[in-house]
Parts: sequence; C-alpha cells; structure tokens
Amino acid sequence: MSSTYNEAAEASHSNYKSYIIGFALATLFTLGSFAFVMIDQVPKKVAFFGLSIAAVLQMLVHVRYFLHLDNSREQRWNVFLLVFTAVLVFIFVGGTIWVMYSLNSRMM
Amino acid sequence: MSTTISSSSAAHAIEHGHADHSEIKTFGFWIYLMTDLILFSTFFATFAVLCKNYAGGPGAKELFDVPSVFVETMLLLVSSVTFGFAMIALNKDNKKQMLTFMVITGLLGLGFLGMEVNEFAHMIAEGAGPDRSGFLSAFFTLVGFHGLHVTFGTLWLIVMMIQIVKMGFTTGVKSRLVRLSLFWHFLDIVWVGVFTFVYLLGVI
Repeated sequence: MSSTYNEAAEASHSNYKSYIIGFALATLFTLGSFAFVMIDQVPKKVAFFGLSIAAVLQMLVHVRYFLHLDNSREQRWNVFLLVFTAVLVFIFVGGTIWVMYSLNSRMM
Repeated sequence: MSTTISSSSAAHAIEHGHADHSEIKTFGFWIYLMTDLILFSTFFATFAVLCKNYAGGPGAKELFDVPSVFVETMLLLVSSVTFGFAMIALNKDNKKQMLTFMVITGLLGLGFLGMEVNEFAHMIAEGAGPDRSGFLSAFFTLVGFHGLHVTFGTLWLIVMMIQIVKMGFTTGVKSRLVRLSLFWHFLDIVWVGVFTFVYLLGVI
C-alpha cells in the first residue's frame, strides 16, 4: 500500500486543486447545516434527516479530497477497512439507540 | 555471474523490504485510526442515549452557542487544508514553506483548543459540569475525548516541526509526517460528527 499509497498521495498532494475543491464542498455542507439550524423554521424530523445526510456527505468529501482515498487498486485495503469499520459503527450506534429507545418506551 | 545476480537481487530484496516496511507502518496506522473511530462511536452511542437526560439541569439549548461552534468548525476545517498545503510543500522539498504551513496549522489547532477549553470552563463555572446530569457527562466525555486527540495532534505537530528543523526531510521524518496528516484529517472528520450530532441536533 504505502509505496503505492504514497505515490498516489504524492500525486494528489502535489496539486492544490484537491484541497481547494474539498474545502469549498466542506464549507458548503457546513454552512448549509448551520443555516438549517439558525433559520429555525424546519420541522424536527426533516432537520434530523437533513443534518445527518449533510454530515455523511461532508465526511465523504473529507475522505475523498483530504485523505485522498479512491477506488484505485492500491488503496483497496484501506477502503475495505473503512467500509468494514463503518458497518461496525452503524451496528454499535444504531443497535444501541434501537435497544435503549425501545426499552425506554416499554418502561413508560 | 551468479554472485552479481544474487547480490543485485539481494539489494532489490532489501529495497523492496524497506518499502514494505513503510507500507506496513502506514497501513498499521490506518488500522489504529479505524479502531479509534470505533472508540468514538461508542461515545457517540452513549451520548445519543443520554442526550435528553437533563436531570432538571440545563439542556443543550441553554448551553450551546451555535456561532462559536461554527467558528471552531471553520478553524479545524481550515487547519486541515493548511496541513494539506504543508504536505504539498513537503513533496516539493520546500522546508520554509512546509514549516510556515505547519505553524499556521498548529496555531489554528491551538485556537480550536482555546475556544473549547473556554467553553468547558464557562459551563463548569455555571454549574453545568460533567457531574450535573447524564447529558453533561456524555457531552464532556465525547467532546473532551475529541479535544484530547487534538491536543495530542498539536503536540505531535510541534515535535515534527522540531524534527524537520533538526533532521531535515529524512525518510523517517517524511513517513511520520504522512501518518500525522492522516491523524489530523481524521480528527476533522470526527468533528463533523460532533458538531452535527451533538451541537446542531441538540439545539433544534
């Protein structure tokens, strides 16, 4: 990975474009999220889904333009590990919320 | 002839082995980052469960100052970009430019930490410390854990600046800088989760 990873990283490190694009997109999502909250007219459910989607998209922007992860052969294991971790995080967080909220509603 | 072949292939093997070594280090660090992500996710899960347990104390709406969270977010985001620029300077072997961008990155990191410490101090002074309610315990654990990461990232940044000045761009220094850049960008990604799910969802 590394010699290949470093080369790939070096290739994309050597231009500013990737960081500028990443910064522009990330700022767009950040501003959007904060504006969503500051406007204060949005129903709670819509806000929840809107903010969650914006957060996930912004994280993907960071991974693509700052960490320079792509679907090239050299980075397959990095991506594989990230996807596996994302599944684990989904199970941990989603499972915890599901179990605890269900318990909470049964205790009411 | 056979000696030349074997010696050249041995040299090749050493070179190759060396490359593999650095490869394994970067991949190992990536594995560490992913396990760190899992650790963060358990704190996020805890916060999600406890986020409404105010125990009669102050809630998210009274405590969180959205504009200052926005400033913190932008500080961290810009520091990610300046670190990227520092890595570009590294690949150009431009020591002066590299150090300039690293100093800027470090100052932005310190600015973020200063704002966070200030926020925590205010909350504790108002009687909204981590012992006040389940919500606040979970809040201080999650956000404090992220702040601790940024603190160590900034320390590492300072150590690397000293190494660049004293040792120059050696192979070791370069490979450490690659790992530090991964760490720094990773912390910014975790912060996206923090400002969205802790601060913004808290105040809506």
